Amino acid sequence: MKDISSAIQLIPLEHYILLCVTLFSIGLMGVLFRRNTIIILMCIELMFNSINLLVAAFSAYHSDPSGQVFVFFVMIVAAAEVAVGLSILVMMKRNVDSVDINLLNRLKW
Amino acid sequence: MVGTIPNINLALLVPALPLLGFLITGLGYKRFKNNQAGIIASTCIGLSFLVSVFLFFVLRNSGQDAATVTLFNWIAVGNMNIPFAFLIDHLSLTMMLIITSVGSLIHIYSIGYMHGDNRINSFFAQMNLFTFSMLLLVMGANYLVLFIGWEGVGLCSYLLIGFWFKNPSFNYAARKAFIINRIGDLGFILGIILLFFTFNSVSFSEVFAQASTMQIGTPVITVITLLLLVGAVGKSAQIPLFTWLPDAMAGPTPVSALIHAATMVTAGIYMIARSSILYNLAPITLNVIIVIGLSTAILAAIIGLKQNDIKKVLAYSTVSQLGYMFLALGLGAHSTAVFHVTTHAFFKALLFLGAGSIIHAMGGEQDIRKMGGLRKKMPVTYWTFLAGTLAISGIPPFSGFFSKDMILVKAFEHNIMIYILALAGALLTCFYMFRLLYLVFFREQRLAGSHPHESPKVMTIPLIILGILSVFGGFLNIPSLFGGDLSFSNFLQKNVFSLVSEEISHSTEIGLIILSLTLLSLIIWLAYRTFIRRAVVPAADGELMTPITRLVTNKFYIDEIYTTVFEKPFGAFSNFLFKKVETDILNPIVDGVGEATSVLGMLTRRLQRGNMSFYFFAMVAGILLFIIFILTI
Repeated sequence: MKDISSAIQLIPLEHYILLCVTLFSIGLMGVLFRRNTIIILMCIELMFNSINLLVAAFSAYHSDPSGQVFVFFVMIVAAAEVAVGLSILVMMKRNVDSVDINLLNRLKW
Repeated sequence: MVGTIPNINLALLVPALPLLGFLITGLGYKRFKNNQAGIIASTCIGLSFLVSVFLFFVLRNSGQDAATVTLFNWIAVGNMNIPFAFLIDHLSLTMMLIITSVGSLIHIYSIGYMHGDNRINSFFAQMNLFTFSMLLLVMGANYLVLFIGWEGVGLCSYLLIGFWFKNPSFNYAARKAFIINRIGDLGFILGIILLFFTFNSVSFSEVFAQASTMQIGTPVITVITLLLLVGAVGKSAQIPLFTWLPDAMAGPTPVSALIHAATMVTAGIYMIARSSILYNLAPITLNVIIVIGLSTAILAAIIGLKQNDIKKVLAYSTVSQLGYMFLALGLGAHSTAVFHVTTHAFFKALLFLGAGSIIHAMGGEQDIRKMGGLRKKMPVTYWTFLAGTLAISGIPPFSGFFSKDMILVKAFEHNIMIYILALAGALLTCFYMFRLLYLVFFREQRLAGSHPHESPKVMTIPLIILGILSVFGGFLNIPSLFGGDLSFSNFLQKNVFSLVSEEISHSTEIGLIILSLTLLSLIIWLAYRTFIRRAVVPAADGELMTPITRLVTNKFYIDEIYTTVFEKPFGAFSNFLFKKVETDILNPIVDGVGEATSVLGMLTRRLQRGNMSFYFFAMVAGILLFIIFILTI
């Protein structure tokens, strides 16, 4: 444990933060501007993992393992979320024969 | 002293039996045929009477003056502790005996009178409920139980006045009675609340124990007694709240006899007699009672002179007699007042039932101008009615003589002016009663084509019993002048505390009796001369009248004055609240709130476009705004 933490700490914390912000922004932009639902789901995963990385980095820098434990929980929830998301995607493909998110616009006033 | 007396718990049966009768006849009102409900109801009241008689002997043999029977602890909050208890003492026993005896006779009479009415079962249910409430009123051991009964009899009065509810004017009369009673009840409630704040109790025994140590004229006692008086004035139909009682004659005649003559209207007198200790501490209130009672006695008697409806005459006569009872209370002669309640219950119930018998025979006709000559056709009714008339006029040895004469003597002791006015009222009473008697029973029948007949036995037997009571009821309380010992007053004296003694010098008393008897004979002769010899029949409604006659015939326009002074402004104010405040101010505000919400909804629903990308965008924008908001704080 000591070795892994020190290995992580070889890279300054600012670099981790910059990387995570970049990944998160890429994910966010993907969610906002792409129309393909598969890509949107992938972008959501990207945002998840950028946050996971950040939490793990902070955890190592503060010598507090609970952050890294928390990351595992987030990954479990994310896996479940992907299962649900992909099944919705399958249904969507079957019903409208497309994965364009803008076709799902009937839920409105 | 209050202690345990064997068998005293039987007192619970007295109100329980009428309640049972009410439940049976009320719940099964669809089942009973013909007279079944009437028989059940009469049996319940009759048994209640027997229990009351038994209790009378139980209490007398026990040697105690009062007993409390607690049913359960009713209200226990903080330092307030009010049990649901009954007080059995001489006063409540007297009232119980009056209510159950007169009540059972009237119930039996009703079997004949209400025969064939299609709501006869409801009628008996309501009559039983009334008797139950009235017994609760007189038996309650604290002001709150009394108040339950007080409201209960008000409700039953309303129901029974409006019993023939298909006639709108009867409904109006019922509402009038209820609303005017409500005005009085407001004062009564305030009185009880003030009583509780002063004595920290509403139980008779505790309040009176504390009050007996107080000074005469304590301001708070004066206020309490005045407030309670307001309630009594409403219930007992005194000026200024008497106008409901004549209108209450819309109800069936047995109702008028039971509720509006014998029992309910005497509730106010009972309450004041019960609170005699408090009232004795408030000379101002006593003077107010004298003024109210005397003016009511005379005003109602004057109006009674010109009434042509047989029940209205009796109604004004009741108001007038209640005025005498108030006068007696104001003079501090509380037990005399209760004695007059007793004799009045007998002879006024008799007169009303007699009137009912006449109305029954005449096929619903109530106008005395159309009657006449009924003496031969209805002998039992005639003789009993005559006994009632002699009793109410105060002719010895009929019961009214003893009670009314006692009040007059008290008035004479107090103030000669009060005596003269009270005597004048008594003479007026005598005149209008003999006017009624002569017009109804003597000379020839004026309504062609009707064939009056004597009423059935179920109606005449109660009349005969009440007639006997009216004749001999006065012997309960014979003054020492006639060799008696005032047994009734002495009986009550243990629980009702009169300010004045019951005895005065015999020579004065003889003088007063001779004076009143001379004047009474003159009045009877005057009535005889007018209505028999000269055969005067009161003018028909449309005929010309002198201004004074018109004033009296129209009851001094008191109803009209109330309409103008209270009803119209109140109606106008209600209309103002409705038309201006409600419609023009409140409604727009309430509607505005609804409309603003819906307009806002119309605007914001455009955000819900169904476009997922837009939702994502809105979410991210919201989160960003939130973060900025947090960072800038």
